[in-house]
Amino acid sequence: MNNSYEHKPKLVPYPSNAFVPERDIGKRPVLEVNHLGIDFGGLTAVDDFSIIVGRTEIAGLIGPNGAGKTTVFNLLTNVYHPTRGSILVDGMSTAGKSTHQVNHMGIARTFQNIRLFSNLSVLDNVKVGLHNSMKENFFAAVTHSFGYGKAEKKADAQALEFLDFFHMADLANAPAGSLPYGAQRRLEIARALATSPKIILLDEPAAGMNPSETAELMENIRRIRDNFGIAVMLIEHDMKLVMNICEGICVLDHGKVIAKGTPDEIKSNPKVVEAYLGKAKEA
Amino acid sequence: MSLFFQTLISGLSLGSIYALIALGYTMVYGIAKMLNFAHGDVIMIGAYSVIVTVMSLNLPPVIAILASILFCALLGVTIEFLAYKPLRKASPLAVLITAIGVSYFLQNIAQLIFGTQQKAFPKIIDLPGIRISGVEINGITLITLAVTAIIMIALTLFINKTKVGKAMRAVSEDKEAAELMGISTNRTISVTFAIGSALAAVASIFYGATYTYIKPTTGSMPGIKAFTAAVFGGIGSIPGAMLGGIMLGVIEQYSKAYISTTMSDAIVFAVLIIVLLVKPTGLLGKKISEKV
Repeated sequence: MNNSYEHKPKLVPYPSNAFVPERDIGKRPVLEVNHLGIDFGGLTAVDDFSIIVGRTEIAGLIGPNGAGKTTVFNLLTNVYHPTRGSILVDGMSTAGKSTHQVNHMGIARTFQNIRLFSNLSVLDNVKVGLHNSMKENFFAAVTHSFGYGKAEKKADAQALEFLDFFHMADLANAPAGSLPYGAQRRLEIARALATSPKIILLDEPAAGMNPSETAELMENIRRIRDNFGIAVMLIEHDMKLVMNICEGICVLDHGKVIAKGTPDEIKSNPKVVEAYLGKAKEA
Repeated sequence: MSLFFQTLISGLSLGSIYALIALGYTMVYGIAKMLNFAHGDVIMIGAYSVIVTVMSLNLPPVIAILASILFCALLGVTIEFLAYKPLRKASPLAVLITAIGVSYFLQNIAQLIFGTQQKAFPKIIDLPGIRISGVEINGITLITLAVTAIIMIALTLFINKTKVGKAMRAVSEDKEAAELMGISTNRTISVTFAIGSALAAVASIFYGATYTYIKPTTGSMPGIKAFTAAVFGGIGSIPGAMLGGIMLGVIEQYSKAYISTTMSDAIVFAVLIIVLLVKPTGLLGKKISEKV
């Protein structure tokens, strides 16, 4: 099978009226999703989902429970293969790619329920993320000879930088499973960043956090965008966080997009209030 | 007293063979979450490949050993690719039955090619034994113990220090998360089968050298014993397979020496049952706690 065509970046026209932050206008969007849909048996979980995410945009994906938000993340990473529609990452189609190939193309993610490699050390978790950028020789590694030291030291240093970014370099040798909850959440983001993505998908990053931890998380998300120059797309129920840091928001209900826009537009959209905020007030 | 130490040495030697085979079971289980019941028959194929290279092709033993290791590694990867990979999303029961099918397939292939009669295993390890205060240790035993010790150290370093080893540990903990971090689970599983089958080839050489005869069903019994050893030590755990294999060999030889030769297998399995009753995860097995 000749896939070489797939690997060539190609410029694609994108709708000029699509919302991306001003600084990203004129640059190829990092993520272009067109009419994405998936059916499980007779059930349509997500239908006609389209979104454009700018290169350095912080985008939010919100909606009531069961709206299909995590399903969208699973579709974007080819954990589920879409029934309909297309996904372009930096202009390249992810159709037919396996999940690890989609990661190589530039999508990394975290999970709603933390899924660290809990028996591995904190440092090794990040080094798993570095896996693809590492080159090493098996014999050098087993015999601890010169080549091993070099590749391994470089990886260690890189991994430590990612940990340092989240102020957790001192925890490098602890087993990941022994970390407190908030640190595990940060480590998951560090591990995802280590795969050098173009966009990072965060699935409910603030779940279970107290207000001060949430404030720190918001700061970290902005720092990720500014330091790494990448886009962030997050699923979140904490409206304060979403309205605070997201530049573009997409609202999903029953697997369909019911609204898209800036935080102010979303706040005043009657459909959203009805589907989402209205419900929240009742509770 | 000399019987005690003599038995200990022979137990360690037999245990080393079990441990090498058990490593293949436990690694494949840990990473692909399947029981590869064809693993025992890879040992038989490895032994036959030594017979062919030495007896028919007249190649020197070193070449025969390397060829056997390479051949078994390729065989393991091929079995995985043809028989198990298409069933990656099938029920564990389907995979288990397929593995039993592959086991019979390999035995029948060997019967077709080599016949049902047993064949003499060539004397490829020819080392003088040593004698320490009344305990005699023959050359094959020495080599078995030394090589097994080296392999275990190398494997431990490989799993803990190399990036492929880390990828293997990551895949064994959470396949999907590893994929999302850019690790190819298919490739990692192939590597695991290659390593497991290469270790089986090493075991086959020691087994052949110790028992001197090979027939198409030779792999079954050590295969089942090694599987028992892997469960005994805690399936999925690499140090567990090493410990389980060696303990199983030692227990077996002591029961043969002090209790009863015919009852030795029954005693071995009785010990297994007792261990599993007290500690269901095996000696070094980890408690699996599902997060909700």
